[in-house]
This record gives sequence, structure tokens and C-alpha cells, in this order.
Amino acid sequence: MATFKLTVNNKTHTVDVDPDTPLLWVLRDNLGLTGTKYGCGVAQCGACTVHLNGNAVRSCSLPVSAATSGKITTIEGLSEDGSHPVQLAWEAEDVPQCGYCQSGQIMTAAAFLSRKPNPTDAEIETAMAGHICRCGTYYRIKKAIHLAAEKGGKK
Amino acid sequence: MNNTLTLSRRSFLKVTSLAGGGLMLGFHATAAGDLLTDAAELFEPNAYVKISAEGVITILAPNPELGQGVRTTLPMIVAEELDVDWNTIAIEQTPLNTKLYERQVAGGSGAVRSSWDSFRKGGAAARQMLLEAAAKKWNVNVSECRTDKGFVLHPGSGKKASYGELASTAATLEIPKEIKLKDPADYKIIGTRQRSVDNKGIITGKAKYGFDIKREGMLYAMLARPTFGKKLKSFDDKAARAVIGVKNVVQHGSSIAVLATSTWAAKKGRDALKIEWEDEAPLESTSDYTHAFAKMIQQRSDAPKRNDGDVDQAFAGAAKILETTFEAPFLPHAPMEPMCYFADVRDDAADLFGPSQTPARTRSDVARAIGLAEDKITVGMSHQGGGFGRRLQADYSVEAAMVSKLAKAPVLVLWTREDDMQGGFYRPAGLYKYRAAISANKELIGWHMNAAATNTGNAARENSFPAGAVPNFRVDSHNHQSKITVGAWRAPNHNFIAYTEESFIDEIAHELGKDPVAFRLELLERARKNPTGSVGYDVDKYIGVVKLAAEMGNWGKQGVNGIYKGFGAHYSFGTYVAQVADVSVIGNKIKVHKIYAAVDCGRVINPLGAEKQLEGGIIDGLGHALYGELTFDKGVVNQKNFNSYKMIRIQDTPDIEVRFIQSDAHPQGLGEPGLPPTGAAVANAIFAATGKRLKKQPFDLRVDIG
Repeated sequence: MATFKLTVNNKTHTVDVDPDTPLLWVLRDNLGLTGTKYGCGVAQCGACTVHLNGNAVRSCSLPVSAATSGKITTIEGLSEDGSHPVQLAWEAEDVPQCGYCQSGQIMTAAAFLSRKPNPTDAEIETAMAGHICRCGTYYRIKKAIHLAAEKGGKK
Repeated sequence: MNNTLTLSRRSFLKVTSLAGGGLMLGFHATAAGDLLTDAAELFEPNAYVKISAEGVITILAPNPELGQGVRTTLPMIVAEELDVDWNTIAIEQTPLNTKLYERQVAGGSGAVRSSWDSFRKGGAAARQMLLEAAAKKWNVNVSECRTDKGFVLHPGSGKKASYGELASTAATLEIPKEIKLKDPADYKIIGTRQRSVDNKGIITGKAKYGFDIKREGMLYAMLARPTFGKKLKSFDDKAARAVIGVKNVVQHGSSIAVLATSTWAAKKGRDALKIEWEDEAPLESTSDYTHAFAKMIQQRSDAPKRNDGDVDQAFAGAAKILETTFEAPFLPHAPMEPMCYFADVRDDAADLFGPSQTPARTRSDVARAIGLAEDKITVGMSHQGGGFGRRLQADYSVEAAMVSKLAKAPVLVLWTREDDMQGGFYRPAGLYKYRAAISANKELIGWHMNAAATNTGNAARENSFPAGAVPNFRVDSHNHQSKITVGAWRAPNHNFIAYTEESFIDEIAHELGKDPVAFRLELLERARKNPTGSVGYDVDKYIGVVKLAAEMGNWGKQGVNGIYKGFGAHYSFGTYVAQVADVSVIGNKIKVHKIYAAVDCGRVINPLGAEKQLEGGIIDGLGHALYGELTFDKGVVNQKNFNSYKMIRIQDTPDIEVRFIQSDAHPQGLGEPGLPPTGAAVANAIFAATGKRLKKQPFDLRVDIG
């Protein structure tokens, strides 16, 4: 066990965990931030995506020891009330079905749009290719990303 | 349509007293004489509606939600009859209560079609009581009053009262004996596009799924389980117990659970177990069961599932015989949230919570396993990260309950993706042989399906189209027993068999030199005018979707800009779906550009939710046709995670256009029927593009299929 200092959603936390614990489980079990999901544990599905210094990263495959220097944002910190343009677009296009993968999808889409404010279909497909939605909401995800871009996807 | 339902004594609303003195009634057998008339601030006239004196209108959502939209759709039905503003109501998920609700199940695409009347009556009964409360208060005739969006109005006097203001009076009234339902022409909510009520919780990360459960004193548990054909011989848990955070290790059957204070410690502990397994049955590999199927379908079964006319005579006299065999792999459900369940089993009571498609079965199976009466067990429902049939099983909830009982602690059992992929209850693998007899004058005179699949009572679907349209029609089914467990998987049987039937029909049409859509229409006319045996589908509705899909998909124009079209149609769960797929093939690469879907599901409650179910079903059908395959090596699953088990992703997603046939018929299923036609529509388009018939899923154009 070891002590780590993490900055999550602009708050500093100190946790005492096994150094090889993936950031995902620290967020979920220690900090109670359960919006970030477990899907595969091997960085294949994207359900665990969070931002580390503004970049979308897979928290299931990032040991907590590697996350101490940066600023971590989870779905709970993307906006206070679901008002980030990507969240609003997800609601407007009625994207979710079961919803389990969507926080990860939203985090990737938000990071992507902040760098690429007016993406093409092909660019969206490349950016989102690391995510799996078992309910098959991809069609609406694509529409929602275009909508968020139109509304100025960057917060 | 007669919208007045007279309640028989048997179906009369059951009334029970609430602790707070309010009224609660559900649609189950009880004598009307049990009516209680305690006044209460809360008007809770039945199991579907709660109205507080402050005016908070809550609609109760009893069914398990796993993405099919039922927590939105069913309350819409109640809200319609109650006559409230959809945007002002609260929705509340109920726990399992088999006394109040008739079917808290997510399966068989059955929620709306089986509960349409109950939910309408729930809203209508409450509205009638509010009308009566107002009439009583104002001393006017109830027939002079009407409702509008949460208010009762008396146009004669201009009086107006909110439902909240009337709640306490309404709570003193008797349940109406006759419930008058709305004229559908007056619907204001049913038939409108409503977004999911769960969106906000989901997009903010606040929605709580099974994995997110946290209770006082709870331990996280992970288990080591045997692979198919193995059982536990011995284990050493020294290293597991040495992991910091591990609190206990318990054995449940052939599985070993490691309980810890964190998920990671539970996983590390589980992975540190030293286990010796031993064989308890032959260890099956994919080649074993595929060989077994191949042998089986050479024979006829003793009792055919359907046997119209005389197929032997038809084939003996045929001018031409076509024969084709299709191969289906096992498929895991692979919901994004792996299996998980919370259980707190004590000596005298137990609390269960988590994702389940059938909480009632969960409770009865757990009750049996832990030796407690069902009424000592509560079952709550969390959000669930998909199900697709996997959560119809109670293996994972029984396991959680047993671990809790053995460890004497509240536990949340979590499965890793690898555990989930290896956990069984798969879509059965199978082999399906078809033969068609063609007469000298180019008529389809005989059809013989011979199916074999794993651990299933019926490997076939004997009453699907074209049954009824072919004078000599036989279906044989064989069961291959295996240690590999199977279960319902979205559109059970239909999901693969629709692809085989509709591909074979396409093949026959080409053999006859007929257009595949025209050939289907010709067969459907035959089923109408000159049917053989029973016809298990409505010919007019079938024709309706076939024609609409053909029109939507510009059927008939092949090869324009390299796009080829394929057709598929299927009837399942009360709903007719026909699809046209636009596909191009470059080299061995299959690109699906667009799917057009025509649907007849009766009345559409929520067109937006309905479209989403079709989109999801189509992508599911396409994804598994292109990629889904679970294989075995000596009882061990080869594809243990998403790096080896391929799932459809955004770049493979086609454009999708869905249209519903305008209908005021009883609403039918939607969670499953979108899936079955897709594989066939795409395979038939690939044939149009390449001349190659794909006989196996997942599709692979590199394989020489002749």
C-alpha cells in the first residue's frame, strides 16, 4: 500500500492503495465516482475513459501511480449539471439505451471536439473507434457529435 | 372500439391498506368488498400512480429497464390515461412486487404488449377518481367535469382544481367498478416522440448500475469458476488471503469466492488462488459439436416439428432440388456491464439488489438456494448495462446470495469481462440444412428444414414464413447435449434462423429467375388464398412491410454506384419487419451503407423509442453477422475479451431509416424484432454484389463458398 495524491474534478484527494491499482478502481471504490465504468479492463471498450490533462485516457489500464501528476476529470466533473455541449447533444439526440458505455463515449467526444471543433464523419469514426456500445447507439452518437460541434463543442 | 372495460370479480382491482392509510390497488383478483376508504394526504389509488397534496405526480415504473426504454414507455401509457403533463411528472422504479404487478420481466419483447391494458386502466382509474373527487367537492355532476393536464375542470362554473388539491378527497373514494378508457383519437402522449427519462442520470454519470452498488459493511467478491466439463478438485488460498484487503475466501460448489474491501484486492486475491480442477465430462471443442450437428442433420427426427403434405413425394417428383446448410456459432451476450449482483443474506431475511431481467425468478431461485421463504427476501432493481437475455438467468444472483450466506456479510459479486465471456448461457451453436423441391413448371412444391443445435428443446422455427405457403413442408429438429450452457439471446432462435430462411428464399428466387421481393409476395398470396396447414402470421401485415421496405429501399435497382441491395423480412414477437440493405463489396471488404426498415408493431407508443429499438436491433444483427463468434478448445472459451471477440463499432455503422406502418392495433414487441431480418438482407446484398452465398456467420468472403 502507498499514499497517492490525486487531483480529480478540481479537488485534491489522498488515497492509500496498492500502487498497481488501476485509476478506475480508485475513482470508483475510493472516491465514489462511479460514473466511470468498467467494461473490459484491457483498454478495448472505452467505458472507463476519463480526461488526464484534457486527454482522453483509459482509466482501467492506467495505474494510480501514473496519474498523480495530472489533472483528472471524470464524467461527474465534465460539467456541474450536465450542461457541457456534448452532454446536451447526447440528450437532444436521445443517444442512450442502457447507458452504461455513454460516460466513456461522452468523455472521448468532449476531448476530441476540444481539439477538432468541426469534424467530418470519418474523423468522428476514427476518434470514437475505441469505444463499444453493445446497444448499438453509434448512429445517434455520430449525430450527437455533429450537433455538439454545431453548438460549439468546446466548453 | 369499445373503450369501456367492465371489471370482472376476478380481475378487479386489488386494494390494500398502506401504512400511511392511503389506498393502493393493483390489477389482481380480490373482491371489491375489500375496499378501504381511509383518507390520506397521499392519493395512491393503485400500483401505478401516486399524487401528493403538494401536487407531485409520480408514475411508478415496475419493469426492469435495460435499455429497451420501458421506464419511459410504460409510464407514458399511464400518463396518457391519467391526463397529465408528461414533462411535470416523476418516474419511480419499484422493487419486485408480484402481488401488485403481473409481469416484471424484461424478455420476449413483452412489456407493452402484455401490460397495455393494465397500465391504461391504472391511469384511467386514478383519473376517474379525481373527477369524482372534484364533482363531490363542487357538488356537480361528474359528467359535467373534464380533465386537462393534471387539472379537473368544470366548464359550467369555471371551477378548476389541480390533481394535488383533489388528492386527499380522491383517496376517500371507492375504486370505480367500470373503468372508461380514452378514445385513442384523443391521445396526447401516446404516439408522441419522447426522450428517455433516464438520459439525465446517464449523461452526468449519476445513474447507479449494479457495479455501482455500495452498502454499509459490504465486501467486493470475485470468483474462480470451472470451465465447461471441469469441477473443483482442490485449492490453496494462502496467497489469496495474503493480499492486503482480502477478508475471506469461501467455496460455493465448484467455485471459490475471494471477498475483499476493494474490487482490485478481490481480483488480485482471486487471481492468486492456486486451484486444481478435474474433468467431470468430456471436454468439448468447436470441431466436436460441429461434427455432431453434421451427423444429426443427415437423419430425420422421430417427431417432426411440422409436417405438411408429403415432402418425400414432392422431392421424388421434383425437377430440381436445392440444398443449403447454414452454420451458427455460439454467441455470448456480452452486455457492456458484466454480470454483478448484491446480496445481503442474514439468518432470517435477505436483501437482493442489482440488474436482472426477471427479478421474480431471481427471488425464487435464491429462496430455494439459501433456504428462506420468498416473503423474507426483498429484490430491488438497479440500472442495468444491457442484458440481451443473459440476465434472464439467476446463476449470478444465486451465486451472490450463497457467497453472502457463506461469508455472513453483505457482498457485491463482480465479474470481470473474462468471467462474463466464459460464463455460459450462450446463443446456441447450430447447423441448419434446407432443401427445396422445384417442380417442372417452376413452382416451389417442397421445403425441408433439418436443424441441430446445442441444448435446446427446439433447434428450429417451424411456423415462420414460408410455412403455410408451401404444400409440402417439413421441419426436423435435433438436440446436441453439451456441458456448454445456453440461454435466450436477443430474439432467441429467430436471430439466426431468420437469416437462414430468408437467405434460402433468396436463393430459390434466383434459381426460379424471379425477383426476390416478387417471389415473397407470390408466396404470401399463396398463404392467403391456398394455405397449407396453419399460417402463423398475418398475410396482410406481412405484405404491408415487404412492400413498404421495397419502396423505401428503391428495390429493383442493383449496382447503381457500386451499391447492391438485399432483402430480408421476418415476423417475431408480434411484429413484422422487412429490411433492405445497401451494400458494396470491394475485394473481401463488406461495407453496409444503409438499412431501410419497415415495421408493423401495431400502435407505436413512443415513435422515438421505437426507432431506437430498431436501430439497436439492426446494428446488433449486423454486428453479429459480421463479427460474432465464440469458439471452444477443450471446454475453454477462446475469445475471452474484446481484443479477441470482435464487436461492431462506429465505423461499421450504416445509415438507418425506419418507418412504421400506421396502425391502431394492439401494440406489439419491439426490443427484439428489428434484429432477425438484418443478417439475411446483408447476405442477400452480398450475393447480388458478388454471386457468393454466405452460409456461415460471421461472414467471411475469404472463405471459398462456391
